[in-house]
Amino acid sequence: MSERPPSSTADQRTPLGLAARGFRGHIQAIHVAEDAHGLSAAEIEQRLLELGFVEGAEIEVLHEGPIGRDPIAVRVNDTTIALRRREAMAVLVL
Amino acid sequence: MTNATEIATWHFALVGTPNSGKTSLFNALTGGRQKVANYPGVTVERKAGAFVTPSGHRVNLIDLPGTYSLRGRSPDEEITRDVVLGRVASETSPDLLLCVADATNLRVALRLVIELKKVGRPLLLILNMIDIARRRGIDINLETLSAELGVPVVTSTAVRRGGTEELLRRIDAMAASAAGQAVESTWAPPTIADLRGAQREADRVIKTAVGRPRRPDTITGRVDAVLLNPVAGLLILLALLFVMFQAVFAWAKPLMDAISSGFDALGVLAQGVLPEGLLQSFVQNGVISGVGSVIVFLPQILILFLFILLLEDLGYMARAAFLMDKIMGGAGLHGRAFIPLLSSFACAIPGIMATRVIDNKRDRLTTILVAPLMTCSARIQVYTLIISAFIPDKTVWGFIGLQGLVMFGLYAAGILSALAVSFVANRFFWRDNATPPFMLELPDYKLPRLRSVALGLYMRAMMFLKRAGTTIFSMMVLIWFLASFPRPPEGATGPAIDYSLAAIIGKWLEPVLAPVGFNWQINVALIPGMAAREVAVASLGTVYAIEGGKEAAEQIGQALASKWSLATALALLAWYIFAPQCASTLAVIKRETGGWRFMFITFAYMLGLAYVAAFITYHAAVALGWG
Repeated sequence: MSERPPSSTADQRTPLGLAARGFRGHIQAIHVAEDAHGLSAAEIEQRLLELGFVEGAEIEVLHEGPIGRDPIAVRVNDTTIALRRREAMAVLVL
Repeated sequence: MTNATEIATWHFALVGTPNSGKTSLFNALTGGRQKVANYPGVTVERKAGAFVTPSGHRVNLIDLPGTYSLRGRSPDEEITRDVVLGRVASETSPDLLLCVADATNLRVALRLVIELKKVGRPLLLILNMIDIARRRGIDINLETLSAELGVPVVTSTAVRRGGTEELLRRIDAMAASAAGQAVESTWAPPTIADLRGAQREADRVIKTAVGRPRRPDTITGRVDAVLLNPVAGLLILLALLFVMFQAVFAWAKPLMDAISSGFDALGVLAQGVLPEGLLQSFVQNGVISGVGSVIVFLPQILILFLFILLLEDLGYMARAAFLMDKIMGGAGLHGRAFIPLLSSFACAIPGIMATRVIDNKRDRLTTILVAPLMTCSARIQVYTLIISAFIPDKTVWGFIGLQGLVMFGLYAAGILSALAVSFVANRFFWRDNATPPFMLELPDYKLPRLRSVALGLYMRAMMFLKRAGTTIFSMMVLIWFLASFPRPPEGATGPAIDYSLAAIIGKWLEPVLAPVGFNWQINVALIPGMAAREVAVASLGTVYAIEGGKEAAEQIGQALASKWSLATALALLAWYIFAPQCASTLAVIKRETGGWRFMFITFAYMLGLAYVAAFITYHAAVALGWG
């Protein structure tokens, strides 16, 4: 459902929303698919940025929610953020 | 002689991201000298206090709602933005912005600092919780940090005695220098590019000035491995809630007994001092037994708030939201709604006010709609009274008190109906199906500080006592009046109350409420109970005290047990799970939703549910032979 941005490393990057517990990597890009959320894509991107999801940041998936393994708790550099997998789809990691 | 600058009072504003320790710093600086009010026209809480610097300057400090940026996504964040920019007419423009940052978690805070610099006001960055950062071996080069940011930096440990001395000295030094001059603001709402740029700049500054922790926090990770475990985490959360409610019921008992006998003694004293007649009846039955029957619940409210404050300070509340998000999401509620709903267990009013953390309007309205269904502390009083009068005090399954179990069941009924109502509201009220995002920082665990918990409890106790002294007291006077006038005619045989206005009103309501098993005494109590639920307890006390004559000195619970059937008692319990009997809650809903519509919707659906629930309960109980 989400269009992939044109990029040479696009095929190697995975959305954080699909990552399992224990995944470690770095943020490659933030790309929010339009209309998949209650808010505009720009608003979602701003909120992700405000919580420190920025290109280059270190990522580790620490915990998964009790039902459907959702939401997830993610270490972003030195902060832990809880978010749903749906929003985490916008964070492309490697 | 003092000169003009020494007389002038400074106005500072405290800004910071959520979880930066802003509130504990505010408490440390201002102590108990705080004032909580609202900003004019909006429902955002305004917290202000004052302190004096070492050089003798008086400073008025205002604690602004926590925010990640000045974009102003919610009413709270708009206030922070407008005060910082000096746009609030009723507020003196701040002479100095104190930006609080958690020294162990600087990334997001430094991005806020970069944005705040554009405002052009003098700015001081406070690295709070520096003791924890040092313990973890995080080296922060303050000079480099200050030079790279172009902002003076000072450290503090808000929770330690003397932890703010360095900060206070620095404030004096800043005022003496020329650094304290405001310049033209160049702030504009940050774009995506601005945010990205600012975060990269913040990360660059951190790389040059801040070392990696040599002894990273392993406690939070280890604790979370258990508390956020998919199975154990949920079980622990449930167990915690269960312990909380058992504690509210059991621990408070001795204190409540003490308060209760204190008021009884006071009543007997009043009876002895005052001549028999109207005045004696007013003081003893109206004032002392009325107010006393409400104040007796102070221990339960404090125990409940103690749990909430401890869990909040510990950092567990955000974890609870994480665990509950999917479950609440199934009912159409936001994970963030967990905190407002949990606060609603104490009182729906702070709970509804706490929904301001939910920035999506739809989510917020749904949460407001169901918050009054959470069992608030005022209901505890009705529940306690009826449970202790009708449910035998015995142990089931070896260790669980039956009374506590019934209490737990009533709480569970409230929670389940809230989920059901929210589910229905989502199906039929809201047309768009998009669920808004859930993003929340999980702060590191911190041991709660006795002082801040005590301060929080003190504020709650004062709020409750003020309410008991005003709303509840005036309702008690009204109910005493209704129950005492008109006086019985000469030669009347029945109890005096049978001739009173209260009896007339209660009997007038009988055709409507008899099908749910309520007698006229309950009907009378329901009317002032509209003002506040707990008043119903006091009203029953007054009605039966005036009616009872000799029984007046007896416990109201015993009076009920002898006069009501079990079916009636259970129907009243079912009624109180739903009944919209709290004028203040309805007023807050009107204020928070900006109109009458949601207030009426809430009132109507709750009243409907209350009637249906009481009706079913009463008839089921009668069918079981408990009539």
